[in-house]
Amino acid sequence: MKTNKKFKSYIIHGLLILGSLIMIGPFIWMLLTSFKTFTEATHVPIIIFPKNWTFASYIKAWNLLPFAAFYKNTFLMMLFRVIFSVFTSAAAGYAFARIKFPGRNALFMIILIQMMVPGQIFIIPQFLLVQKLGLLNTVSALVFPGIVSAFGTFLLRQFYMGIPVELEEAAILDGCNRGQIFIKIMLPLTKSGMIALGIFTSLFAWKDLMWPLIVNMSLDKMPLASGLASLQGQYITDFPQLMAGSVMAIWPMLLIFIIFQKQFIAGIATSGSKT
Amino acid sequence: MGTELNKHKKLKLSKAKLSDYSWGYLMIAPTILGLIVLNIWPLIQTFYLSFQSSAGFGITQFVGLDNYKKLIGDPEVLSATINTFKYTLVVVPAGVFLSLIIAVLLNTNIRGKSLYRTIYFLPMVAAPAAIAMVWKWLFMSDFGLINLIFKGVGLPAVNWLTSGGTALFAVIVVGIWSSLGFNMIILLAGLQEIPTTFYEAADIDGAGPVSKFFKITLPLVSPTMFFVVITTLIGSLQVFDYIYMMIYKTNAALGSVQSLVYLFYDYSFIQLNKGYGSAIIVWLFIIIMVITAIQLKLQKKWVHYD
Repeated sequence: MKTNKKFKSYIIHGLLILGSLIMIGPFIWMLLTSFKTFTEATHVPIIIFPKNWTFASYIKAWNLLPFAAFYKNTFLMMLFRVIFSVFTSAAAGYAFARIKFPGRNALFMIILIQMMVPGQIFIIPQFLLVQKLGLLNTVSALVFPGIVSAFGTFLLRQFYMGIPVELEEAAILDGCNRGQIFIKIMLPLTKSGMIALGIFTSLFAWKDLMWPLIVNMSLDKMPLASGLASLQGQYITDFPQLMAGSVMAIWPMLLIFIIFQKQFIAGIATSGSKT
Repeated sequence: MGTELNKHKKLKLSKAKLSDYSWGYLMIAPTILGLIVLNIWPLIQTFYLSFQSSAGFGITQFVGLDNYKKLIGDPEVLSATINTFKYTLVVVPAGVFLSLIIAVLLNTNIRGKSLYRTIYFLPMVAAPAAIAMVWKWLFMSDFGLINLIFKGVGLPAVNWLTSGGTALFAVIVVGIWSSLGFNMIILLAGLQEIPTTFYEAADIDGAGPVSKFFKITLPLVSPTMFFVVITTLIGSLQVFDYIYMMIYKTNAALGSVQSLVYLFYDYSFIQLNKGYGSAIIVWLFIIIMVITAIQLKLQKKWVHYD
């Protein structure tokens, strides 16, 4: 029986390791290529490890594209989207969960509509609005669509609905108004929900491609997603340089993820189960 | 005296309620106003735009159903619709199935679970542009690793990204690869909610692993599966990023790969025909709504809620 169990665990590990190789293989290949010379990278038969690990491609990529600006724009975009959407969603989520104001259900429909509809259907008018406001090609344009979040409101509402009503009733009897209840009691109790939302928001801001592509046309105003995309046309043949550029585009989020993996995974799992 | 007190009480109640309601409206105001400006009004505007034709430079003209008439007869729209469906019909079953298998494997009593979870989730964290670039490099006809491996074992090299059939396949592979981790995490959470007592009882009854999977695991994880299927379905119908990044405009295979969202992007922001672009996205909107409605109806047949 024991050998049966061991055998089973070997098979499971074997399959998982095979899958893992497929998952991280491309990243490893990306990394290896970025340190090779062009001849090494395109050599037939394959050369796996570079003879001399050279940073030349990284320097070339750094000089070719304004990565410093990319990092700054991406960071600011994520920061402001998270701050605005988490706080507006927390407030709205609480109100929808606990305050029985007239028209509550009708107004909540607005949240549901936004969630059910494909995002691209808003893009053209959003673009025209940003254009009218004279905000094209700015960091504000990047933040714009993310200042409020229907999904965030929905998610945090679920969290608030899970908090016992007695806590609020006690506070109301003590004479607190809703605002105080929200700030002093509710916010601290839903920290994990807000962190989950923050993680989701930053991840989707990081990966957003079409919006930055259409609103910010100058390289120095682009975030990493669309900035890297501009490498598409140029230098399609300098693979080590392309790989170096890709590595420079992904390492920040990769590092953040590895450090905060527990929070990431917990956040996504809870969001999935709450929705 | 009694009625005076009652009146006073009633007044006090409405004052408190009024304050309550005011807080309610205040707290939802930023979100609701934001959503109206950013989403609800734009939704209406897009529909309105789809009835306009753009002569460029913001000059629009009301043309009624012309855009839609053109859309129905447009072979490009037809092939984009077919491409989008082909992509979705492979990515959803294959992707969800693979994610489920991995989640089931991780749900056993093995060591290193968190390491595996991190590794499988890694592709989700990388920016699509970078992912597309490395896979493009892997799929490259002349020097790509995949073809080098093929040649190494005696198989002929394939022009993955430049021939119609395989180009879509390449995009599908990347689509599945990059979303496995996300679905797997959610399915794993769903699996972990199944009480072990069910499995223990089945063990006592002498049930084998396959029977346990079909009689216990699948039914009890079906609500989570439904969520994952729907979100993957809707996401796949909107595929754009990888196509944009992996198949260049001058690539002859583009026609066999471009999706409806790609076409929308092209017409709206490259060809500056926002009217036609809007009609295309409305068409996709209709498709998504119909499919979602069908799924919601079908769920009663295969999803077990207790």
